[in-house]
Amino acid sequence: MQSDEMQARFQLSLPSPAGEGFSLDIDTQLPGRGITAVFGPSGCGKTTFLRCLAGLQKTSGGLLRVRDEIWQDGAHFLPTHERPLGYVFQEASLFPHLSAEGNLAYALKRAGAVSPGLYDRVVELMGIGPLLSRLPQRLSGGERQRVAIARALLIAPRLLLMDEPLASLDAERKREILPYLERLRSEFDLPIVYVSHAFEEVARLADHLMVMRGGRVVAQGDLSAVLSRIDLPVAMGEDTGVVLEGRIIERDSHWHLARVAFAGGDLWLRDGGDPVGREIRVRVLARDLSLSLACHEDTSILNRLPAEVAEIAADADSAMVLVRLRVGPSALVARLTRRSAEHLGLAPGSAVWAQVKSAAIVK
Amino acid sequence: MGFTAEDWMAISLTARLALTVTLLLLLIGTPIAWWLARSRSRWKGLIGAIVALPLVLPPSVLGFYLLLAMGPNGPIGQLTEALGLGTLPFTFWGLVIASIFYSMPFVVQPIQNAIEALGERPIEVAATLRAGPWDRFFTVVLPLARPGFVTAAILGFAHTVGEFGVILMIGGNIPGETRVVSVQIYDYVETLDYARAHWLAGAMLLFSFAVLLSLYLFRQRSSRAAIDFGG
Repeated sequence: MQSDEMQARFQLSLPSPAGEGFSLDIDTQLPGRGITAVFGPSGCGKTTFLRCLAGLQKTSGGLLRVRDEIWQDGAHFLPTHERPLGYVFQEASLFPHLSAEGNLAYALKRAGAVSPGLYDRVVELMGIGPLLSRLPQRLSGGERQRVAIARALLIAPRLLLMDEPLASLDAERKREILPYLERLRSEFDLPIVYVSHAFEEVARLADHLMVMRGGRVVAQGDLSAVLSRIDLPVAMGEDTGVVLEGRIIERDSHWHLARVAFAGGDLWLRDGGDPVGREIRVRVLARDLSLSLACHEDTSILNRLPAEVAEIAADADSAMVLVRLRVGPSALVARLTRRSAEHLGLAPGSAVWAQVKSAAIVK
Repeated sequence: MGFTAEDWMAISLTARLALTVTLLLLLIGTPIAWWLARSRSRWKGLIGAIVALPLVLPPSVLGFYLLLAMGPNGPIGQLTEALGLGTLPFTFWGLVIASIFYSMPFVVQPIQNAIEALGERPIEVAATLRAGPWDRFFTVVLPLARPGFVTAAILGFAHTVGEFGVILMIGGNIPGETRVVSVQIYDYVETLDYARAHWLAGAMLLFSFAVLLSLYLFRQRSSRAAIDFGG
């Protein structure tokens, strides 16, 4: 067992006002680095799971080990204020009686010994220097959330928990904050558990994915490994599809296209203005893939990739199937009608051409 | 004409009593209000009803039971006698104890409402920022619920000043020890000295009005300044 992992086991039954009780039953290991996205629909227990990790939700028994420290087991329960974690709540949670700076000072004062440059580094990273003297009600929603993230970082956490930090913001504000989260991921060596029901955020940020439904974990692993599983169509729904890690290798100014190389091939995509050499993620939805046995040149579809069928599984919709494809070391998932799959005679091992109708750089 | 020496004695006694009771009630009432605001215990309704009882009980009823309890055969009386303090009725501290019960709901309820309005969230936020329970109370709950505490203090003070029935039952009418302003006015009326009663009653009227006016102005100001947490 690697010592930088987290082990979490929680069992909990909560009465719900609607009458049906809610139960959480989780026994899992989470990686000790990178961003772990906890993804699932509203009410699946992902926030409750996060609150258990923080000690805000008490469970009898249970086990929580973070690296080599036991935070909770049958014998003892470390209260929230003794757990070295940072927590970013869904809605802005700045103390209204303190200025932005006062909120940051609240954390810093209680953080114990922190490296001297931390404050300036965090303020710079979140771009909140000009906001410090303002009271929370004088900040926009996005600004408040950036101050709240900075405050959570200043407590010098060894684990950062984020509960849908973008959910209360409109699309514009989300776009404003996402780059800060990406910088946070690349500049702080800090394991982050990020709860979300918005797949775009997951596709953009996550290294590791835990899919929850009805208080249980239905799938977990590296982002691309989980997304290329085809036995989870119900859990992923319309978001079924893969995310490829790639790099821009060429830009065509005439057609306004950019070529993105990923392990196993490359794709021409609409040029979003990213410079050559930038690492990006490309999302390919299952419904945007079609398959043919021969390589058609006479088609409007720009991207055709030679692939091999790895696995075929039933979709939630009985007219459809999901097909997992191997493209070099990478995987793609296509959603086809069952009739087409049979017509083409698809079976594991079949060689096909995957036609990518659309794919987008994840923004 | 003005106040006589006895009037001044009654006024200073009343002020001393109200101040002592208010301070003690803030200390005793805050944990009770905290518990009532945040507990999910099934005893919550019972304790809440007991705290609120003086709102509806005739003061003479409350005074009667407290007199028995503090008397030589009552549980409180036996305790104070065992501690060598004698019995409490007809003493200043007897009045203090009676007033604490009598004014309790006026202090507990504003604090309880303020803590309930605050909700769990700011307290949880403070916990994730490594603030322990006392730290959370003094740095988050107290500043955010301040209007509730101010209201509680003002109401507790004013209500103790205006008390009469309980005092008569417990304290009687001992100058400098238990004869507060309201009892002094009663004495004047009993002896048909309406002129002196007018002075004291008028002063009480002005005082009560000034207290309530300042309370309403304060509430208006703090509700304008109130910000929903996170809002």
